[in-house]
Amino acid sequence: MNYIQITDLSKSYSDIQALKDLSMEINAGSLFGILGPNGAGKSTLIKILATLVEPDGGEIFVNDINLIKNPRKIRELIGYVAQDIALDKILTGRELLDFQSDLYHMNKKEKYERIKLLIDQLEMNDWIDRKCGTYSGGMKRRIDLAAGLLHLPKVLILDEPTVGLDIESRNIIWQLLKNLKNDGMTIILSSHYLDEIDKLADSLVIIDDGKVIAQGTPSQLKNKLGGDRITLKVREFSTYEESKKISEILSSINGISQIIINKAQGYSINFVVDKEKDLLTKLKVELAFSKFEIFSLAQSQPSLDDVYLQATGKTLLDAEISMTGKRDLKKESKQSMR
Amino acid sequence: MELKQYNLYFLYQETVALTKRLFIQLKRRPSTLLAGILQPIIWLFLFGALFSKAPEGFLPGVDSYGNFLGAGLIVFTAFSGALNSGLPLMFDREFGFLNRLLVAPLASRLSIVLSSFFYITILSFVQSIVIMIVSFVLGYGWPDFYGLGIVFTTLILLVLFVTSISLCLAFVLPGHIELIALIFVINLPLLFASTALAPIAFMPNWLGWLASLNPLTFAIEPIRIAYTQTMNLDVVALHAPYGDLTCKSCISILFSLTVFSLIIIRPLLNRKLN
Repeated sequence: MNYIQITDLSKSYSDIQALKDLSMEINAGSLFGILGPNGAGKSTLIKILATLVEPDGGEIFVNDINLIKNPRKIRELIGYVAQDIALDKILTGRELLDFQSDLYHMNKKEKYERIKLLIDQLEMNDWIDRKCGTYSGGMKRRIDLAAGLLHLPKVLILDEPTVGLDIESRNIIWQLLKNLKNDGMTIILSSHYLDEIDKLADSLVIIDDGKVIAQGTPSQLKNKLGGDRITLKVREFSTYEESKKISEILSSINGISQIIINKAQGYSINFVVDKEKDLLTKLKVELAFSKFEIFSLAQSQPSLDDVYLQATGKTLLDAEISMTGKRDLKKESKQSMR
Repeated sequence: MELKQYNLYFLYQETVALTKRLFIQLKRRPSTLLAGILQPIIWLFLFGALFSKAPEGFLPGVDSYGNFLGAGLIVFTAFSGALNSGLPLMFDREFGFLNRLLVAPLASRLSIVLSSFFYITILSFVQSIVIMIVSFVLGYGWPDFYGLGIVFTTLILLVLFVTSISLCLAFVLPGHIELIALIFVINLPLLFASTALAPIAFMPNWLGWLASLNPLTFAIEPIRIAYTQTMNLDVVALHAPYGDLTCKSCISILFSLTVFSLIIIRPLLNRKLN
């Protein structure tokens, strides 16, 4: 059953179009992943869902409530864990949770019980009465998550919750998310970590440049690619012309498809081979015939990164690297600041 | 902000929570409170000493310069505190803590503004009372019961007026550096261009005009009357170049300015908070 329906969502910040007619559906009680490189529009989408940013166009319905027209009703339904952890350094963790519960109008008994339960669940007993300013990154993230969960929201929205975390904190958060999903909570998780989305998400969208480029369950998306993924190099750093010639050779072989020249990886060639056929021997023969030697050849089962590669012609890591230095984070922060 | 939708208890609960947070911050970082008390007390001593040998008749109606200065420093303390009231909000904006408040289903986001008003008003009262006690100990007098009422009413109006402007600036300006710079520019010139340190008769004509249009003057003069004579709202408090103003007139002007500023900032707060 669709719990959240997003239709033709768009948002611009002065000259940057962050979201371009985005549409998606999220089922009740599922963990929904939003995957994409930095700058793809994930955080803008999350902020719109959290009622922090108003879209320029489009519609969002959460449990049949119009988010744009009734943001206050939506706020009762959602818990939000922001990408940048904003804690009051002067308050202790317990005081922060107490403060947060008053903002959600919880009564004393309910407040006390929920705070105690979350402290236990997130293993915060040892440090909850210390000031937030003394917390490590993992502790901050856990207290932030606890604050988002205090009022037992129907929908939990998390914006890159495990960025920069130690393995212990990451595992605790992953386990908690699994438990919450099993309890029927709808979870929206944005991430640029492929393994996180692959392991946790029931379904996902991949966003690039403000657009949905793929949507489905992780296995559906991977299966769409067909067989195994091959990465081929005839030299450590080929030229485009050389790779183009090889891709022409490959396209003549029956059973090889989805050939992409990956510029960011020294013009390596990525393609999919039909599982049923033994094509690699044939491939070697064809390349030798055209006087190409194989420098490296890696075979793997399709991953979400391959899905991204297939749709955009670059890996997620390459997209991250290409964005480095292009974004004016200070300007973006000012633009999104109220 | 839709008043009809307010659930008063929820509004109370969230306003108390927001105010409590500001007081916890103050308790754990009391330097603001202490500085706000120490600075005017130091001024009281220094300026009191500086003008202790002022010629007779220089300050009509008062026994000493300290007696004259007390009202100015009480108002200046409240004014400085209120002017700085936008800073916590600005820091909340910059560090993303404001988003925590904005994603919560607050009965009204007016609670964010109300909590700042309550906090600054209480803080200003505490600071003012300490200055009043020090002034009393130094022999600069103490207002009668009616006068005390006028002192606190005047301070509430001034705090509301200045706090509303400061909160507005906290939303309009891009960051805390700009806000601090503006506070720095406004603070002392407004003090010197008022009757806090000297009467209008002592000033050149142009400065006299400025001082008699300065909102601080409208707060200082009724408090000065409360300090120097039996409180009477109809007594002339300010001999301005454009005419004499009674205590009642000064307070009415201050009240009008406060109401005007609240009306002016409301659309901005609505836009920023809704």
